[in-house]
Amino acid sequence: MTDANALLQLVPKAEGKQSMKDFKSDQEVRWCPGCGDYAVLAAVQGFMPQLGLAKENIVFVSGIGCSSRFPYYMNTYGMHSIHGRAPAIATGLAASRRDLSVWVVTGDGDALSIGGNHLIHALRRNVNLKILLFNNRIYGLTKGQYSPTSEVGKITKSTPMGSLDAPFNPVSLAIGAEASFVARTVDSDRKHLTEVLRQAADHPGTALVEIYQNCNIFNDGAFEVLKDRQRAEEAVIRLEHGEPIRFGADGSKGVVRDQRTGDLRVVTVTPDNEAGILVHDAHSASPTTAFALSRLADPDTLHHTPIGVFRSVERPVYDTLMADQLDAAVEQNGKGDLAALLAGGDTWTVVG
Amino acid sequence: MTSQVSSTAEQADGAVVGEQRKAAGAKDVRRLDRVIIRFAGDSGDGMQLTGDRFTSETASFGNDLSTLPNFPAEIRAPAGTLPGVSSFQLHFADHDILTPGDAPNVLVAMNPAALRANVGDLPRGAEIIVNTDEFTKRAMQKVGYDSSPLEDGSLDGYHLHPVPLTTLTVEALKEFDLTRKEAERSKNMFALGLLSWMYHRPTEGTEKFLRTKFAKKPDIAAANIAAYRAGWNFGETTEDFAVSYEVAPAAKAFPPGVYRNISGNLALSYGLVAASRQADLPLFLGSYPITPASDILHELSRHKNFGVRTFQAEDEIAGIGAALGAAFGGSLAVTTTSGPGVALKSETIGLAVSLELPLLIVDIQRGGPSTGLPTKTEQADLLQAMYGRNGEAPVPVVAPRTPADCFDAALEAARIALEYRTPVFLLSDGYLANGSEPWRIPDTEELPDLRVRFAQGPNHALDDGTEVFWPYKRDPETLARPWAVPGTPGLEHRIGGIEKQDGTGNISYDPANHDFMVRTRQARIDGIDVPDLEVDDPDGTARLLVLGWGSTYGPITAAVRRLRGAGESVAQAHLRHLNPFPRNLGAVLAGYDKVVVPEMNLGQLATLVRAKYLVDARSYNQVNGMPFKAEQLAAALKEAIDD
Repeated sequence: MTDANALLQLVPKAEGKQSMKDFKSDQEVRWCPGCGDYAVLAAVQGFMPQLGLAKENIVFVSGIGCSSRFPYYMNTYGMHSIHGRAPAIATGLAASRRDLSVWVVTGDGDALSIGGNHLIHALRRNVNLKILLFNNRIYGLTKGQYSPTSEVGKITKSTPMGSLDAPFNPVSLAIGAEASFVARTVDSDRKHLTEVLRQAADHPGTALVEIYQNCNIFNDGAFEVLKDRQRAEEAVIRLEHGEPIRFGADGSKGVVRDQRTGDLRVVTVTPDNEAGILVHDAHSASPTTAFALSRLADPDTLHHTPIGVFRSVERPVYDTLMADQLDAAVEQNGKGDLAALLAGGDTWTVVG
Repeated sequence: MTSQVSSTAEQADGAVVGEQRKAAGAKDVRRLDRVIIRFAGDSGDGMQLTGDRFTSETASFGNDLSTLPNFPAEIRAPAGTLPGVSSFQLHFADHDILTPGDAPNVLVAMNPAALRANVGDLPRGAEIIVNTDEFTKRAMQKVGYDSSPLEDGSLDGYHLHPVPLTTLTVEALKEFDLTRKEAERSKNMFALGLLSWMYHRPTEGTEKFLRTKFAKKPDIAAANIAAYRAGWNFGETTEDFAVSYEVAPAAKAFPPGVYRNISGNLALSYGLVAASRQADLPLFLGSYPITPASDILHELSRHKNFGVRTFQAEDEIAGIGAALGAAFGGSLAVTTTSGPGVALKSETIGLAVSLELPLLIVDIQRGGPSTGLPTKTEQADLLQAMYGRNGEAPVPVVAPRTPADCFDAALEAARIALEYRTPVFLLSDGYLANGSEPWRIPDTEELPDLRVRFAQGPNHALDDGTEVFWPYKRDPETLARPWAVPGTPGLEHRIGGIEKQDGTGNISYDPANHDFMVRTRQARIDGIDVPDLEVDDPDGTARLLVLGWGSTYGPITAAVRRLRGAGESVAQAHLRHLNPFPRNLGAVLAGYDKVVVPEMNLGQLATLVRAKYLVDARSYNQVNGMPFKAEQLAAALKEAIDD
């Protein structure tokens, strides 16, 4: 049994067959019509029956922002918390309750701006959390300020002459923060989104899934280049473990390693260079190539944007280690005896 | 937990009582009723350890005692400087005492800086033991002594014992294979041995302690024990120490029982472990290191075999966040911090108020504002605990009064949190945290039952008869909502910081509902059942009431004893519950012509009391990082009585 299976075994299975309907709460969904969040919600609700876990043992924890309303719409346990803190709250829950499947729903502002610290520490600890980061490259709920993933020069209400600061690349950031599982997907690609969710759910430890999500009110079309069938062919690189990294019409383009710098670049595939096309290895112990893949995309045009699982490696899981220490302490010292603890070593007796 | 029996003894200045004994050829032995000793040296001289050991010896001998460690925030401040002086004061007696004492009878000064920094606190006639080896010209000049205070007559009013502690220690350890520097390190044990001889302290405990502490370095253990014994023997043989002192065990001060010495942070840690056991819930601590609270994190980390999970978070916010997550999952959740950490946690405390989940917020107060005085004590977070959040966000506040009382206060805070499903502040402070006193070890069978019932099924029937679970349907008595933990089938629900509809817990922006929810949250806290305030007013004729809270209990009670000993009538009451106040507080205050509120802040409790009860409470304040001195407090109260 792999570690992944062992962790999933701790969460009770559902009795009987579940359907998407079982995961819909009775609350009216209140996102703007046309919001990408609807697609993600439907994908998650549709995917949950595949997991087959008892829904009372599933918890969605979110921060603040449009996407963070997500838990209200899931008929599981849920907490809509405060801005940026969901990974910290979920860490306490997951570390103390290993029989739960804990999911964090967050956005680019929530996870990368106000909550940046909690995100990177959750990733480094490798707590058993699945983090869905809805990235729409804008602040929606506060009505349209630029976000930490907005492209430089973004004109918004708070940046009428254009934003000045360089954006984060969430996948690069996660890999740099020692994440053991990092993936990217797109709201409108239900099949791809579901497949990435499945892999994230199977992963022991923290899984970060960046979901490109369209805000049709404040940043409409931000990912259009990845969605438009014609343009996407040239823009999107679909990563699949064990497969050569090729894209474009008929796989006419590919990714190779530059022998001089070690960096990655895109080439037109020819019979001469075909053998040198990089084969994607998501399980590589070194994060180097996964990081290089995350740097392929042009932050402004999104050309050469890889989607799929960048990195998926097994390493010790925080909550497992914590539970092991508790077991070891009982083994070494016996189950705690309160009276003995209170008495301590040096005592004296006063007789009446 | 000293006995509450009133005694006038604390007003005496360590006066010699009883007979003097002198066996033939032996030195004088005098009996004292109490002694205050202060050990002072460089931060690296091991003064805290020396004080701790003397305290343990004294505790096992059966004296009542109270301690005051006092050290700089720097780990190793520049050697030989005034800011680098670390000290440990211990007051022990043959009767019950309440404070570490105002003025030391004995000062052990390991260097000129320690002498200079502390001599001003000594009454005339006090004994001063100095390590003459450190009184070099350069070391003295460093702290502004132009001439040697050991020779220029400036210490004529004191009983000075010049002892070359370093030389004697090195000499005593010459048989050991140690460098001079290594040997010198044992000079604190030499001093401890000398003081242990002077006050007839038992020695086995310290020798055993040294053997255990240096179990992996038996040579170092042996050297320290040799230095300790050499100090003892030096006292026994040298002419300079003609007298030794006995302080009899405080047998009558203590109710029967088994006792140990305990510091506030240790008692608080044990209280949390006990609360977890009594609630039958696993303990989860989310914390970020901060002085003077870190010792609780350290202590709880050692008790994983009690099912205690300790989580050292990336910051204060994550510390309380993780705790709140664990509370949602059904743990007894705690976060520990000091004032600056509370500021960072405020938003999450507000969320806990809105979620109505049990959560303990332990604030070991220190000097503020901002970073302030990390190692010094203060009571200036009361209003932060009461009001430091956005919106109407009432939180109960409980405060321990002595180091040992931190145990009971932790249990009481847990009771309120669990029964009423609310975050609760436990306001300790640096003085209680690091100070220590004897503690009667409670019988675990006597501890309160804190068990709670998690929600197990539907709690509401809709009009059509459907059984549903409403996460915000309240207990009519306590107004607490059900605690339904994930993993319970059929009770899936969502909670959050947005205003909720009464009952269903669904998001609601309805004006009338918000007004109702705000008032209901307040009513739940206001309705918490807390015991009535007890007033100590022995003859019933007092016109002045002293009202305190928290760690001022010791100094206030000592001051009140002094006044009563001098024939004054004064009443005393001490608050454990700051929110809600005891139901009878208004009536108690109305029963006195004058109310004085001594606090280590600028009048925060006084402000609350004046606002709520419209009484003309007067503040007496001290904000110097140190506890009140009983004598000064007594003088201030006397002035108020006569006013």
